[in-house]
Order: sequence, then C-alpha cells, then structure tokens
Amino acid sequence: MSSAASARHRELGLTDSEYDLIVEKLGREPDEVELAVFSLMWSEHCGYKHSRKVLRTLPTEGPRVVMGPGENAGAVDVGDGLACAFKVESHNHPSAVEPFQGAATGVGGILRDVFAVGARPVAILDSLRFGEPATSARSRYLLEHAVAGIGHYGNSIGVATVGGEIYFESAYEHNCLVNAMCLGLIETERLIRSAAAGVGNVVVLFGARTGRDGIGGASVLASAELGEGDAAKRPTVQIGDPFEEKKLLECSLELLDRDLLVSLQDLGAAGLTSSSAEMASKGEVGIDLDVRKVPLREADMEPFEIMISESQERMLCVVEPDDVADVLAVCERWETRATAVGVVTDTRRLRVFDGEALVGDMPVEALVDDCPVYDLAPAPPAVGLYPAPERVIADEAPAAETLLALLGSANLASRRWAFEQYDCLVGSATVRRPEAADAAVLRLPDSKRALGVSIDGNGRRVAIDPYRGAVEAVVECSANLACVGAEPLGLTNCLNFGNPEKPHIAYQLTRAVAGLADACRALGAPVVGGNVSLYNEGGGGPIYPTPVVGMVGEIPDAERAGRLGFAREGDAVALIAAGSWAPSLIGSELAKLRGAPLEGELPSADLGELRATHAAVRQAVRSGALRSAHDVAEGGVAIALAECCIAGGLGATVDVAPLLERSADALFGEGPGAFVVSGPAEALRAFGGAAIPLGTVGGPQLRLGDEIAVDVAELSRVHAHGLADLLH
Amino acid sequence: MKFGVLRFPGSCDERDAALAAAKVGESEILWHQDREIPGDVDAIIVPGGFSYGDYLRVGAIARFSPIMAAVERFARTGGPVLGICNGFQVLCEAGLLPGALLPNTSLRFLCRQVELDVVSTETAWTRACDPGERLSVPVKHTTGRYYAPEPVLEEMEAHGQIVLRYASGYNPNGSVADIAGVANAAGNVVGLMPHPEHAVDPLTGSVDGLKLFASVAVPVPA
Repeated sequence: MSSAASARHRELGLTDSEYDLIVEKLGREPDEVELAVFSLMWSEHCGYKHSRKVLRTLPTEGPRVVMGPGENAGAVDVGDGLACAFKVESHNHPSAVEPFQGAATGVGGILRDVFAVGARPVAILDSLRFGEPATSARSRYLLEHAVAGIGHYGNSIGVATVGGEIYFESAYEHNCLVNAMCLGLIETERLIRSAAAGVGNVVVLFGARTGRDGIGGASVLASAELGEGDAAKRPTVQIGDPFEEKKLLECSLELLDRDLLVSLQDLGAAGLTSSSAEMASKGEVGIDLDVRKVPLREADMEPFEIMISESQERMLCVVEPDDVADVLAVCERWETRATAVGVVTDTRRLRVFDGEALVGDMPVEALVDDCPVYDLAPAPPAVGLYPAPERVIADEAPAAETLLALLGSANLASRRWAFEQYDCLVGSATVRRPEAADAAVLRLPDSKRALGVSIDGNGRRVAIDPYRGAVEAVVECSANLACVGAEPLGLTNCLNFGNPEKPHIAYQLTRAVAGLADACRALGAPVVGGNVSLYNEGGGGPIYPTPVVGMVGEIPDAERAGRLGFAREGDAVALIAAGSWAPSLIGSELAKLRGAPLEGELPSADLGELRATHAAVRQAVRSGALRSAHDVAEGGVAIALAECCIAGGLGATVDVAPLLERSADALFGEGPGAFVVSGPAEALRAFGGAAIPLGTVGGPQLRLGDEIAVDVAELSRVHAHGLADLLH
Repeated sequence: MKFGVLRFPGSCDERDAALAAAKVGESEILWHQDREIPGDVDAIIVPGGFSYGDYLRVGAIARFSPIMAAVERFARTGGPVLGICNGFQVLCEAGLLPGALLPNTSLRFLCRQVELDVVSTETAWTRACDPGERLSVPVKHTTGRYYAPEPVLEEMEAHGQIVLRYASGYNPNGSVADIAGVANAAGNVVGLMPHPEHAVDPLTGSVDGLKLFASVAVPVPA
C-alpha cells in the first residue's frame, strides 16, 4: 500500500482497509474515476455504513404503507386511490458552511426526492437548530440566511411551506441543523420506482448542466466532522436554481403522465455516481455511461469530476428507445436540457466511458451492496457531554415573571418572523396555517378529507436520555396530529448525531433508534423513509443527539380540523391527561433558563396509555365537540394555556389547585401525555376521569391561580417580540 | 364566461387562479409560447409566481414572451385583464399599467393576510364590490412596493385608477399611498399585489377574493 493512490484514498475519506477491499473487489488497483466513485458510494452519506444495522430495527410495515424505505421517498395510502409520498432529509454541513445555498438546496433535494416517485410536491416543512441567537452573531447569521434560503427555493418553485420548528441551543453553535421535509400526492398506481430495467434501454440525463459545484459534498462535507478551514470548503456547497427545478418538476410530471419513462431517479448526493449505481443495483442490471455526452458548465472537466459533481436540478431516467424522441420533445417544451448519456446493459457493471475510452469499470454489487457495514461500539458516556446552559432566571422568580421569560425565550417565542418569509398558501390546500393549530392541515383534492402533518424533535431531552427523548419525538408528533383530528399513517425521520465511531455517540444513536422503534410500534406509525446525518461535531463537541420525526396523518373532515386558540367566552377549559402524565422540570425549557445541568431522569411514557389518550383527543376533535385542542409541550401547562390565549385573543381563568395535586411541577414541568382543550362543559365531561377541569375562557387576562394575572395583549407582545427582536 | 390563465416557465399560482376563476365560470391555462388568445376566452389572468425565475428584473422577461403580444392586443381592444402579483409586475413591465413594483422595504419575502379598501368600483374587476368595501386577502411577495412618480399618481387619482389600498396599518411593503392595486385609464386592465385567488374558500381562508372574479362575470351596467 505505498502507491500514490493510497494517500489519495485517505483524502477521499476511505480507510486503508476499505481501500484494500476495493482492490480485492476489482482485482486490481482502482483508477481515478473508480476511486472517486467508490469513495462516495462507500461514504457514510451514501452507504450508511455506521447506521445500516441499527436502522434495520425500525418498523417499516403497516396497512397503509404503499412504498417503504429504499425508494427516493416512502408513501402511504391516503384513500380514494391517492398516495402521499414524503421524506425528510438533512442538509446540515452545507448549511453550516453556506447557510443560504445550503438550506435552499436542501429544499431542492427533498423536492426532487418526492417528484422522483412521480408525486406532485404539495408542502414543505423544516426543522432547524442553531446556537443561541442572543449571544452568537454567527447563529443569527446562519438562522437569517437559512430561513431566507428555504423561502427562496420553496416560494420560487411554488410549493407551500406549511410548518416546521426552530430551536436554539449552544450545542448547535458550530454545527447547525437544517432538515427539510416534503410531501407530495400521486395516484397510487402511478408511483414510479427507480430500478433500471430493460437491456438496451436508454439512460437520459435531464435538467441543469453539470459543473464543478458540490464536488465531494457527500464524502468531504457530509461524512466527516466540521473543523478549521471550512470556509475553504465553500466550493463543495451546491448552488440552487429553483427556476431550473420548477421546469424540471413540471417536465418530469408530464413525462410520467404520458407514460414515457421506465424509471426515474433524482441526482442528489454523489450525483451521477450514486443515481446510476442505485438504479442499476435495484434493477439488477448494468449501466454504461459516456461522460463526454454530459452537458457541462465548464468545458475542461475531468471524467471523475463529471461522475461525482453534485450540481443541482438534474434527473436521470430510463427510456425505451422508441420513446426517446418524445422524451426529448417534452423536455424541449419545458426548456429543459435532455441528453441520452448511457444505456442499460446486462453486465451488472457500472462502466464509465469518456467517448471511446473506458475510464471506469466496477461491479454494481461492489458499489452498492459490498460497502462495509460497521458494528457500533456503544458505551454510555462516563461524564456529562454537554455543559450546563447559562442561567437567565432565578429559581425564586415570581410565577408571572417566569411565564413571561419562557414565553419570550428564543425557543418558545413566536416563529412569525420566520414563517412569514414562506409562502404557505400556494396550491390552495392549506386549511391550517402556521400557529393556527398544532399541526399543518392540507386538504386533499376533490375530497372533504385532509392530511395533518407535524415535524418534531427535542435534542436536549434526547441528550439527557436518548431512549426516552426519542420516544417523546414520536409521541409529540402523534399528539400534534391528535389536536387537528389526524390519525397517524406513517412517519419519516432524520437522525442527526455526532461521530458514530465514538462510543458515547454510538450509545446515543442506538438508544435513540430503540426509542423510535418502540414508539413507532406502540403508536402504529411505521417508518416509510428517512435520512441519517452523522459526524455533526464542530470545534465545540457533538451536537445534541437530534432525531427529527415528520409524521403524516389523515383527517376525515377538513371542516373539523382542530385549532389551538381559545374560541369562545364561557367555554370550559380542561386538561386531558394520561394517568401516567408526570411533568417534571428535568430537561425542560425552564430548567434551561435556570441554567440546570443536563441530568436526571425524564418521565417514562406508558405508550399504550398515550395511544389511547391521543385517540380520545382525536375523536373529540373529529366529532366537533371541542373548540380548541393544544398539546402540552415545551414550557408545560402554563405556556400551553398562554399559547391558547394568544392564538384566540381571549383570556382565561384557571384554577391551579387540581394541577398541583398531580405534581408540584405541573405548571412549567414537561413530559408526554397532556392536552389543554376547551369547549362546552358537557363535551369535556365526556373524557371522564382523564379530564381535569381547569376553568373558563374569557376576559382580557390569563389568570392562573393567585400568582399569575397577565393581559393577553402583554402575552402576545412578549411572544411576538421574543425572537424577532433578537434579529434586528 | 371563460377565463384564460397564462402559464410562463416559473409561474406558480396559475392552477390556483384557474380554480378560483372556475368558481364563477370556466377556465383554461394558456401557454406562454402561444401567439393567439383563443376566440372563446372572455378574460385573461396573468398569475403569480416567478416567471423566468425573476431573472433580470421581476416580470421583465415574461413581458417579451409570444403570448404577451396577444394579451396586449386583447387589452387594447377592451378585453378584461387581471395581473396578480408577478402578473401585476408583468403588466407594469408591458406598459399596460402605470408605475412599477420595487423591493419591499423589509427586503424580505412576506406572506400575510391583509385588509384592503376598495377605492374604485369602476373597473372590470371590482364592479361587484361596494365602494369602501373591506376585503381580507393575503399577500406574498418580495417585490411589491408600488411606486409611481407624483404627477402620475395625481393623474391616476383623477382618473380613478387607484383601485385598492391597504387598509390603515396593513401596508406590508411600503407602497406609496398604500396602493395595493391599480387600473389602466379604461378600467379593463387591473393589477394587484394581493392574491384574490387564495381567498375564494372559507376552508382555506376568506372568500373576499371571489368578488374580483365575479366582477368580470357581472354584465356591464348600461
């Protein structure tokens, strides 16, 4: 192992033993193209070599799943012959280096994943994490530019951004998270897969030209820790062009509509390399590609650069020879460049030609299936991994002051500043806009039914207990859906973690996936797809382990989709609480404001009981009996009540005694299993023992026991300004 | 009553506009490379979106697409034309409407429900409204700050060409004189930044936008 190539493979992120395995598979040393291709296909990003085994433990089957993991996006049956395709994906490292383009191309990539299965994208949600905006100018910069990038791409392409979440913790200071989720709709029988088929069929590349942007993105950026010199990695970040993608989208859907394609695949991480290898692998065929036919942005690109470029807005399709002329004509009508660049073969090899010259020849199986898969070596950390946050409020602060401090804190304040930069209306399907309900609600075409969608994950709680924290992410999504009357159909997840080669990160990852798996099974929500983002470690150590869950559910009657705001003076207010509801300050937002260390025990979740509680709330919303429903989450019951007041513009008078009987920390404590609901008193009595009567809607103030009496106008002001004021 | 809704590369709201128009008549999508408006089309909608990626300047490239020559002929012979958001920008670029749209004072994209005051009911697209009527309609744009030089504004005022204003406190973009929508002198061509096509169904918002589409379907008073 003394050849020049051996130094090169390390630069490309391959270990010496992986290099030896490549030599063994090829029966010779790889050439430049082959080494580049292997380094990407065997990167963590494409090969999932540290996560594949643990991912296999997630439940992926359910009665409504019509396409599970492995395709560009998973899909669930949503009735009337329609399927909803959806997926969440990370673009963390590019966004940490160049937030606007990183976030924009994150949205572009997830959109392509959805229309690659033939679905028309109908909604985008995003899940973002940054360092503390109050003290970090860099975090404010990342936030502002990432939000602008998401808006730029989604708005321009005409897909509504309907929901999302943003949290700030110092653990994300060096390594922000930008996860984007997209949903699309398609007639189930028209779903298209990516497997290449038909020896002699033509491989057509269409969309943007190929340039040097994003070269090595998957291996250099996404599969290693960030560190010094990241600015120099900026050229590895792709540049997005939503106009090009809009044409690509319409063009792809027209091609599918006219039955002109055998299969379709988007070009994402590792570009032409992974798209062609995956298509060949799934179809158990070979593909010959001629890189000289690929339309280039720069004339003098090397074959290996063409193979690994991550230039955006490109798709690859397989077409029967007789249909090629029609395919090119449709592309021309949409002013989308299309070129036949290859052919399907029976060799089971990916062969790369530069004109006549063969410059790469690799067994597809070696690229896709023989990527080494590593066992994790999990071990719980001996000492705390994360420093305690900075204290900003005294333990003795009066309850009203505590309430306002929480309400105006960066994590709980209104996200209006962000979501007003997104078009949430295009498509005419948005039944519940941001901050109107716990989940976004999208009506289905030509139907009275609707979908509820939520995205959630709480890294701080997962940092304290990876298992219970991950369980809570699934529970939280299901609770959000219950509040709009939606029953879970399936979910997608994005696992954002640090370096899995370190035992304590491996511990976080394995425990979190165990929690996700148990919660998915218990709540009947199978995983239909997702994404893994590892090596999220900057100079300051690992991020909080952050599994993000995106869940889709169905609502039989869109007219009855729930809202979170109090709606009518005189309505009764109650807390619907599972018997196992045990709120505690451990891991809570208040604990963070008090500077508490990340330690202690999170409340355990009785998943069977929670499922029943969610079902009861969902049924009450669906029946129209409730006028508002809101899940108790960050900041506890007190914040949930304040949010109901703000959203409805109405006050409430609440008795705290029955709450404090349940727990001394019932006001600000957190833990799964409780909802604030309002409606006619008899509707709330229908919940029986699960309902704790709290009080009545009305008046200009939120009055909470003797200690809290704050004008709703003041609550609204603090909530509205908490984040926005940090950003001027 | 048949509406023709233009589709440029980069249009986003053409389906929404066609759905909205279909609530008061029929609608058909028209392709940007067409050179003629079909004979059975009674009114044209130039929809929102990012035609040609907003490259060069918003609306500047779409204005030169083949269909726009036909739209100009249609408009000059009195045919009703409505430009929404990017469509408004295109009509200003085409010289069918006075003034121009500049970047919002915030320099950010803004999506928000706003209140509008109907100033003129003497146009093809506001005939079904009452003078002074309040409409709740959303805006969503980055480049929506209406501007025209003072003498032009005075002339527009004199000819009733200011059609819609943002209600007090609702101006989202810094538009001069709170102007949200304007008309040509003849009143058959109207452009506005708010999106009436997103305000046609109580399930997804308000229904106030429907009045604009209904206006064209109302017989012209003698």
